Amino acid sequence: MSLVNTPPRTGGFIPRDRSWQPDALTPQYKTSVRRSPQSALLSFPSTLSEETSPVFGHAMLGELDNDLILNYAKPGESAIGPRIIVHGRVLDENGRGVPGALVEFWQANAGGRYRHKKESYQAALDPNFGGCGRTITGEDGSYEFRTIYPGPYPWPNGMNDWRPAHIHFSLFGHGFAQRLITQMYFEGDPHIPLCPILSTVKSQEAIDALTALLDMNRTVPMDSRAFKFDMVLRGRRQTYFENRTEGL
Amino acid sequence: MQRLDYLRESPSQTAGPYVHIGCTPNFTGIEIFGGDLGTSMKTGPVQGEEITIRGTVFDGTGTPLRDAMIEIWQPDAAGLFPSANETRGTADPNFTGWGRSPGDMVTGEFTFETVKPGAVPYPDGRMQAPHITAWIVARGINIGLHTRIYFADEEAANATDPILTRLEHQNRVPTLLARKEADGVYRFDIHLQGPNETVFFDI
Ligand SMILES: [Fe+3]
Repeated sequence: MSLVNTPPRTGGFIPRDRSWQPDALTPQYKTSVRRSPQSALLSFPSTLSEETSPVFGHAMLGELDNDLILNYAKPGESAIGPRIIVHGRVLDENGRGVPGALVEFWQANAGGRYRHKKESYQAALDPNFGGCGRTITGEDGSYEFRTIYPGPYPWPNGMNDWRPAHIHFSLFGHGFAQRLITQMYFEGDPHIPLCPILSTVKSQEAIDALTALLDMNRTVPMDSRAFKFDMVLRGRRQTYFENRTEGL
Repeated sequence: MQRLDYLRESPSQTAGPYVHIGCTPNFTGIEIFGGDLGTSMKTGPVQGEEITIRGTVFDGTGTPLRDAMIEIWQPDAAGLFPSANETRGTADPNFTGWGRSPGDMVTGEFTFETVKPGAVPYPDGRMQAPHITAWIVARGINIGLHTRIYFADEEAANATDPILTRLEHQNRVPTLLARKEADGVYRFDIHLQGPNETVFFDI
């Protein structure tokens, strides 16, 4: 084994901070008990398999893909509920915008009901609301979409658990290692401190990172309120100087 | 004292029971977007050996998951990724490299119609055995699980693979191997927990 000097290369991904991310086993969220791996994860530096990812072009998007108020509605109709705009940026850990990231989102309707055959909550379906949308970030990592404010809903876990109002997000950056699914919550929701799923994150700082603020500057007067929600994907190590050990 | 001004990765949250609404809406009956992403990995005739990979995700009691979403990502038959970050050449234009499956509605079994991947180098230049990256999310999984699908019939390549040889518990290597079930058909079951727990990666 010897040290060799090598030309600079793009660094691999910064290792995931597992002390910040939720653990697999979180007994207050009961489903995790039998779905959490018990062995230690195998750690190794990212390789091409994780540093590459498919490319999603803006061309695949339809005009209403990022408009949940209209994208499932009959012509001339629209989804029921408080109209909101959700916007923000997808950044990496180095603070740079991530352009071209695929952002997919899904949520319950204004009454807290999902359009799904396994959904058992008695709140009414909205015939004009599908509950899913997607977009691709711009050059600066920015995204926005229009939807209705989702309702909180009860779910079988403890005897009386309710999810705070939330929107689910799936994010595709530039490397498969960045793949992330998370949820956005709304400022001021009294269910936030009670939620067994949100409490899988380990600190108030982490809860705050998932809580969108009302953004009056982006509201459309007499039309829609706005909430700002930035998301952060893993960054690449930025290093010009890197000695690598041959044969390791 | 100054502050390091790095941002922290957004905390992960479970994909929940309705990930299919968001990622494969047409599968759930929400007809939208002109179809679901990742349904097909081929956009025309592809180079290399065409294969099918099937598998089921099991929880710690041996019950199949029917609310999981499985994604795979892999190079083409020549070992090139259809990615903007691929600098070594141009991948097969008819191969997307990426598949997404909600699993079967009744059994939970996932199926990918793909090609046998070519080998890709490790950062130090050694070759890795042919493999496919897999990512599993579901209700009850707080952060997406990464693993790799290697091939049991690539014994020589597997024996020198930098990752497989790094595993302390070599008796767990078989959890990473897809096995030939029929001509061109491989099975790769995923066990979230238990004696056959799949090796998951912190990558
Ligand atoms: Fe939800």
